[in-house]
Amino acid sequence: MKAEVLGRGIRVGMNGNSAVAYAVKQADVDVVAAYPITPQTIMVERLAEYVNNGELNAAFIPVESEHSALSTCVGASLAGARVFTATASQGLALMYEILWIAAGLRTTIVMALGNRAFSPNINIHCSHDDAYAARDAGWIQFFAENVQEAYDLVLQAFRISEDKDVLFPSIVNLDGFILTHSLEALNVLKDEEVKEFLPPKDPVNPIDPDNPMTYGPLDLQDYYIEHRRQQAEHFKASYPKIVKILNEYSEFTGRKYSPVKTYALEDADIGIMILGSSAGTVRYTVDRLREKGMKVGVVSLTLYRPFPIEDIKKVVKGVKVLAIMDRSYSFGSPGAQLYMDVSTALYNLRERPLLFNVIYGLGGRDLTPEHVELIARRAEEVAREGEVKETQIWVGVRE
Amino acid sequence: MAKWRSWKELPIANILPTPGSSAEYKTGSWRALKPILYKDKCIRCLLCWVSCPEPAIDRLEDDYVEIDYDYCKGCGICANVCPVKAIEMVMEE
Amino acid sequence: MSEPKLIKTIKDIPKEELFAPGHRLCAGCGIPILVRMVLKAIPGPKVVVTATGCLEVATTIFPYTSWKVPWVHNAFENAASTASGIEAALKILEKKRGGKNAKVIAFGGDGGTFDIGLQALSGALERGHDMIYICYDNEAYMNTGIQRSSATPAGASTTTSPAGKVIPGKLERKKDLIGIAIAHGVEYAATINPAYPVDMYNKIAKAALVKGPTVLHYYTPCPTGWRYDIDKSIEIARLAVQTRIWPLYEYDHGVYKINVMVKRPKPLEEYFKLQGRFRHLLRPENKWLLEKVKKDVEAQWERLLKLAEVS
Repeated sequence: MKAEVLGRGIRVGMNGNSAVAYAVKQADVDVVAAYPITPQTIMVERLAEYVNNGELNAAFIPVESEHSALSTCVGASLAGARVFTATASQGLALMYEILWIAAGLRTTIVMALGNRAFSPNINIHCSHDDAYAARDAGWIQFFAENVQEAYDLVLQAFRISEDKDVLFPSIVNLDGFILTHSLEALNVLKDEEVKEFLPPKDPVNPIDPDNPMTYGPLDLQDYYIEHRRQQAEHFKASYPKIVKILNEYSEFTGRKYSPVKTYALEDADIGIMILGSSAGTVRYTVDRLREKGMKVGVVSLTLYRPFPIEDIKKVVKGVKVLAIMDRSYSFGSPGAQLYMDVSTALYNLRERPLLFNVIYGLGGRDLTPEHVELIARRAEEVAREGEVKETQIWVGVRE
Repeated sequence: MAKWRSWKELPIANILPTPGSSAEYKTGSWRALKPILYKDKCIRCLLCWVSCPEPAIDRLEDDYVEIDYDYCKGCGICANVCPVKAIEMVMEE
Repeated sequence: MSEPKLIKTIKDIPKEELFAPGHRLCAGCGIPILVRMVLKAIPGPKVVVTATGCLEVATTIFPYTSWKVPWVHNAFENAASTASGIEAALKILEKKRGGKNAKVIAFGGDGGTFDIGLQALSGALERGHDMIYICYDNEAYMNTGIQRSSATPAGASTTTSPAGKVIPGKLERKKDLIGIAIAHGVEYAATINPAYPVDMYNKIAKAALVKGPTVLHYYTPCPTGWRYDIDKSIEIARLAVQTRIWPLYEYDHGVYKINVMVKRPKPLEEYFKLQGRFRHLLRPENKWLLEKVKKDVEAQWERLLKLAEVS
């Protein structure tokens, strides 16, 4: 695979943190409330610089904790502002209760998550623990595979969250250090082009003294489940609009965005499914394995929530064995998080691939092409034997 | 008042777009004791009006007051603060 | 700073009610007396944020709400941070797109202010947001069933500091909220009490006009938690001031002023004997605790006198 200059924009070199901050600046955000945590600190510092240098007309609120960060964002979003925050790992865990409130009150907050492992032991490197921890709360979730995607997805996230057919907050995940701190080449749009794609926020039911409403009342047994059901149906119903906006951006920039990405999967017997930056390593290895005659392909998800069930069902048709890679672990579960999502989505199909789960990369442990080949060979073995003897394996661990 | 039944009818975002709708909930049924105001004793100091928690005491144009029995919970604060004992608490029927 | 419209008598208090009856606060509760006053004393458009607690729970049971102003509830410990976000957003949106601004008012109980909400309050005060933070202090976590908070006065019996055979109630002193606010550089902070309505109104009006954070600490009589005859809420509130256990004072741009100078304090026993949460202090075996509480009340009063003198 050779690197290509893709689509609309000016070629620059930035690390993931800077690219996200740049996108937020171009989005003309109104309020930023964030607490620094490795590996997201540069994002927050960049935004403080933009504001203090007069390049971004926003309120930068240096909150005293992540819990206050998201609480402040909820208030700001309800007041009608375009809001951004960012965190990772322990910070996400600290703001956890507010995640549900932010989604239930239909705020339009955009959050960048510099994916980092949960303690213990304290580790500042990449796992997807924090991304997965948020998955039930009702936020739209994207995974960026490279710095270009991080930049593009932040812009799309603002547009999607604030859309009147959506109105849910969203998270853009980018791998800690691997993307946040790595310098990559990307195309950034001109300010006017961003303004064209992303007009200022037109809030729904904002706080208005002339139209006083009560936000966040108490529900007894007689209303709670109806409120939740409404939120559930609306979240599901937002899917087509999300896809529509991804398509619109794809046309606008010439860079393709869709919920599910596949590579060499059309005639594949073996599939490897993965989220985040390691998809690149998998594709690189798949090219080499293809040269050796293996019919193997890759599935990666750009949209993780709402989970693209139908798209996944479509792309895995004909695949005999699917290895699902998780950069996290769920103690005592039948499989790690993405594995559970996929196996549930595919369970009722008459014809579906055999599945097994691969735990990799925790705490920043590198995923190498050798690991990927090992996974592919194992999948071949499963295909030959016609059964999955071990549903979960770990790669890259000193046994 | 809109008694939303189906989840489809509920206002979006758990919001309540009906300011002051608690007025539809008549807490007067809570009372065990009931305040009786003797207007001829009243000196219009308005201490009862300012101290009523509900509020269940309406301040009239001329600064006399009127008790709103729809909401009065019978706490007796009004009778207690009245400097001239113009309010008496009696048993509710 | 523009001049606040201060009043001399109760008659000057505006008539409009922005708080509707029909809420489920207990009969005789001190909280709504505060809320009604706040919404009258602060002119112009307002937004209210409330922490989880008695006030929030009892006034917004879906589909009923007592609030006739925009009202936001987020969680228990973040009234101050939620208010910060609203304040900053309204300010920037007014600047960027000519949006409407409004005074942000945050209400928190003693639980949501002194304990779980203290960090958020500290952050908001330090950052200097233009908001008025009002703690309605009923001296325990009342909404969850009368558990002690760091605002529970020494000697009080609560469910987590019960007056038992070995330990007769809460032994720790009450935190000094006004002191904490002043330590953050707040320009105006004051205690307010429902038995002194004109004083209460004027302090709210003054605080609201400060461009920056202000803190008001409201004495909230609670018949359910303190166990007294429900009609005595205002009487007990007045006794609290008259016994010096709850001094009525304000801190205004560096100057401490005691608003009600209590020259001849009523004995604390009069205050304690009216409330079930304190009655055990009058038993002979608890005399040592009663004496300790009395000493602390005197020391607090002396300190306040000195502060008023030198500032």
